[in-house]
Amino acid sequence: MTEPRLVEVRQRVLKQNDLLARSLRDRFREAGVYAVSLVSSPGSGKTTFLEQTLRELKSRHRVAAIVGDLATDNDAARLARAGVPIRQITTGTVCHLDATMVERALDGWELNELDYLFIENVGNLVCPSSYDLGEDLRLVLMSVTEGEDKPLKYPTIFNTADVAVITKMDLAGPAEFDLVAAHDNIQSVRPGMRVFEVSAKSGLGMREWLQFLSANRADIAAAP
Amino acid sequence: MHELSIANSIVEIAAAEAKRQHAAHVNTVYLRLGALSGVVSDALRFSYEAVCQGTPLAGSNLVIEELPVVVHCAACEAQRTVDSIQHLLCPVCGALTPDVVQGRELEVTALEIM
Repeated sequence: MTEPRLVEVRQRVLKQNDLLARSLRDRFREAGVYAVSLVSSPGSGKTTFLEQTLRELKSRHRVAAIVGDLATDNDAARLARAGVPIRQITTGTVCHLDATMVERALDGWELNELDYLFIENVGNLVCPSSYDLGEDLRLVLMSVTEGEDKPLKYPTIFNTADVAVITKMDLAGPAEFDLVAAHDNIQSVRPGMRVFEVSAKSGLGMREWLQFLSANRADIAAAP
Repeated sequence: MHELSIANSIVEIAAAEAKRQHAAHVNTVYLRLGALSGVVSDALRFSYEAVCQGTPLAGSNLVIEELPVVVHCAACEAQRTVDSIQHLLCPVCGALTPDVVQGRELEVTALEIM
């Protein structure tokens, strides 16, 4: 019997995912595609928000989306109504997308022919936070019907996202949503975070969001 | 419950290293886990035990070093440990502190093998 001994390892557990995400990011950059991922809890209005965003962008840009779902292709079918290429990733029981799934979903797509690529994650505010997908921008969405304390309940996902979007603003009154508290909570878990208040249904806030998106895409393309 | 996939990755890393070291068994895996890593230690321990079965890690211990969030406070020009991931603000001056210098770790640091 050999003696037990200690060996140093120092390896990031998600190294494989991180390496693949980095190579995806390089591919996106090289092809001139700006990649945006969306995370939220189920029912926060992610798909409606994305559908409106796709509709607005497609007249002037080449746009496509990948959508993750546990079991159905309902969201993909809804997004397809926007008239842009959509690919579905059915994750089965897996509660998040990872870089391998994104790479697989891209298979056969000519990235050079795209300007924007959206990646809608599985509806989940916990698991997606650990996985880099190679995106340039990560959005976290929360709807006014979920309550203003969502950021305090799920600080990690808010902390790993770049931008927050408060959805269903047309329902803010009936839902007695405390907008000031919501902003305070977001800033508490992610100081300095940019926040958009939108209603994909009424169109409120969509122009500011799209302006930001366009400016951020230009900034990233110009970055060394 | 993505802790199951995380546990799988940990076991893969440890088994590969054990093989490289010509070790038959892994007794202990040492892990650093930041408070902002998005991984819950209890769920991870539970998954780990299940995933280890039938591998050179069967029956091994998972020792988790939980790391609090440390931020750089620009106002104090100092590193501060924050009490809660719900409030990333300097515990001394109260300034909001977006600059996280520790807390996202999720890494295997060492193994005890034989």
